[in-house]
Amino acid sequence: MSANTVPDMADITKDADFRPDKTDLQRAFSRRNLVDTLMLGYVPMILALLVIALPLVWMVIASFKPPSEIVTIAPTFLPLDPTSANYISVAERVPLLSAVRNSTIVTVVGATIKVFLAITTAYALVFVKIRGAGFVFLAILVALMVPTEAAMLPNYITISSLGGRNTLWGILLPSLGTAFGTFLLRQQFLTLPPALLEAAELDGAGHWRRLWSIVVPITVPSIATVALITVVSEWNQFLWPLVITDHPDSMTLPVALNLLQSLESNTGNYGVLMAGAVLVIAPILVVFAMLQRYIVAGLTQGAVK
Amino acid sequence: MDTATTPTDAELEVERRRGRRLRKSRNYLTFVLFVGPNVALIMMFIYYPLIMNLRFSLLDWRLGSSTARFVGLQNYIEFFTSPNGLEVWRVTIIFTVATVAGAMLLGLLMAVVLNKRLPGRVVARTALFSPYVLSGVGVGMVWSFIFDPRLGVMRFFFEAIGRRSPEWFNDPRWALVMVIIVYIWKNLGYAAVIFIAGLQSIPSDLLEAANVDGASRTRQFFTIVMPLLSPTVFFLSITMILNSMQAFDILRIMTPSGNGTNTIIFEIYLQSFGAYQRAGYAGAVSVVLFLTLFAITAFQLRYVQKKVHYQ
Repeated sequence: MSANTVPDMADITKDADFRPDKTDLQRAFSRRNLVDTLMLGYVPMILALLVIALPLVWMVIASFKPPSEIVTIAPTFLPLDPTSANYISVAERVPLLSAVRNSTIVTVVGATIKVFLAITTAYALVFVKIRGAGFVFLAILVALMVPTEAAMLPNYITISSLGGRNTLWGILLPSLGTAFGTFLLRQQFLTLPPALLEAAELDGAGHWRRLWSIVVPITVPSIATVALITVVSEWNQFLWPLVITDHPDSMTLPVALNLLQSLESNTGNYGVLMAGAVLVIAPILVVFAMLQRYIVAGLTQGAVK
Repeated sequence: MDTATTPTDAELEVERRRGRRLRKSRNYLTFVLFVGPNVALIMMFIYYPLIMNLRFSLLDWRLGSSTARFVGLQNYIEFFTSPNGLEVWRVTIIFTVATVAGAMLLGLLMAVVLNKRLPGRVVARTALFSPYVLSGVGVGMVWSFIFDPRLGVMRFFFEAIGRRSPEWFNDPRWALVMVIIVYIWKNLGYAAVIFIAGLQSIPSDLLEAANVDGASRTRQFFTIVMPLLSPTVFFLSITMILNSMQAFDILRIMTPSGNGTNTIIFEIYLQSFGAYQRAGYAGAVSVVLFLTLFAITAFQLRYVQKKVHYQ
């Protein structure tokens, strides 16, 4: 109508391609969108991160505080007089070195054997054609549904009668059979093209060689996933080691910390307890931070097809 | 000589059969060698205990005692009717329902937030997931400190609203609330990550179409996102129910006596290795636990195939 509208019209026709970008930008920086991003995005995200991180930060900080800074009406956030005495105290209360050693051995040996068994079992279930393999798979699948806790009393009787109380093999043996790892790797092996193995078979390679020179190298990521999840669960394992050990020298780290907790929880000596918690939490946190991609993938498998 | 160098058809057939049989038996041998150790371990430490529990469950038998008395179904009846048995059921159900519902609600909330294209969301997702992989013993120790009514930081929240901190460790009701909070803290990241995967599997053209039609974001969430998310909700609730029913380490560290927090697993532990060492009763509880979890899993496998499917 007036002089004003003409340039506008011209603008629309001339810059037709540019227009969407302009409105996008306008929308992106509109006040409503900024408020949305902030209130519905960053605020809840940061709140959640604080709720997750603060207990762990508090644990680390308290582990360096002397007792006087813990038994106080107004605790400071950072220690005024940082000390490593708490960590030394842990070692004085419980046999810390042997606990760390036991946990490491159980984790490394247990995970190695479990991953090895999972690989061979999954391979045979997928590639060695015999009658009855389906039944074996079903037996493993059902085992996946049995809570190991329901088996602890009979296993305790079995292992004690074999003389396995307070021994590393007694801690290790009952959990060595692996249904979870087998199941996960079988899924993976099923996706491999059969032609891959047929060529090797024609060349005269036996199952053993086909497994280690063909199947394992191309499924390394899945095997790494199984290995990492196994390492984490072996390190954190608590109920069975608690049941089968009562001598401090043969305890794993979580069981030794349980002992520490029962010794110290009434004394209010939380610096020592937090030092203990750091020792069991930190190694897994480091492994997780470095390799979280594999761990999350494995632990959330089966959720969404 | 002649017959040996040029075999007849019949001889060839025999030869072929022998080869097939040889390969077949070699396959069996390979299979047994590859699968045997694992299956033997599973049989010995998973299946055999199931049978043993069934046997124990019919006995009045103390661990280590040389005499046992056959009592039929008495242990099962006790677990389902005695005040202590009913208390275990009550605690287990409250703990399971509260932790699963809490972790899923907060997990869904966080998933919706972290599904936006915010810078830093990948790091946030990882951080949120991390408690799930940490030692329950370590986590329990940390939160014991935080909840301590006299020395823990939680008391400041109560002081801020003008109240005194509850006796988290001595009052059975507050003890249950406490372990539920900690368990939700440990598991909500797992739920969030699964929900994010579920959200990302929703085709974006559906939401765009709704946008064009002018549906509000709230409306889109309830009419499009939630229905399409139902398989994820179903999967998560089953997995988390199974997880919660097997929780032990946090409960044991934070409330060693199980006062107010003796779930089924805790009860098996206390009955087997606590003061009474009632192996027969613990056997019965173990059998019930196994059957419960097995039924839940079987239900999931059936139901997933039949109903919740959108493709």
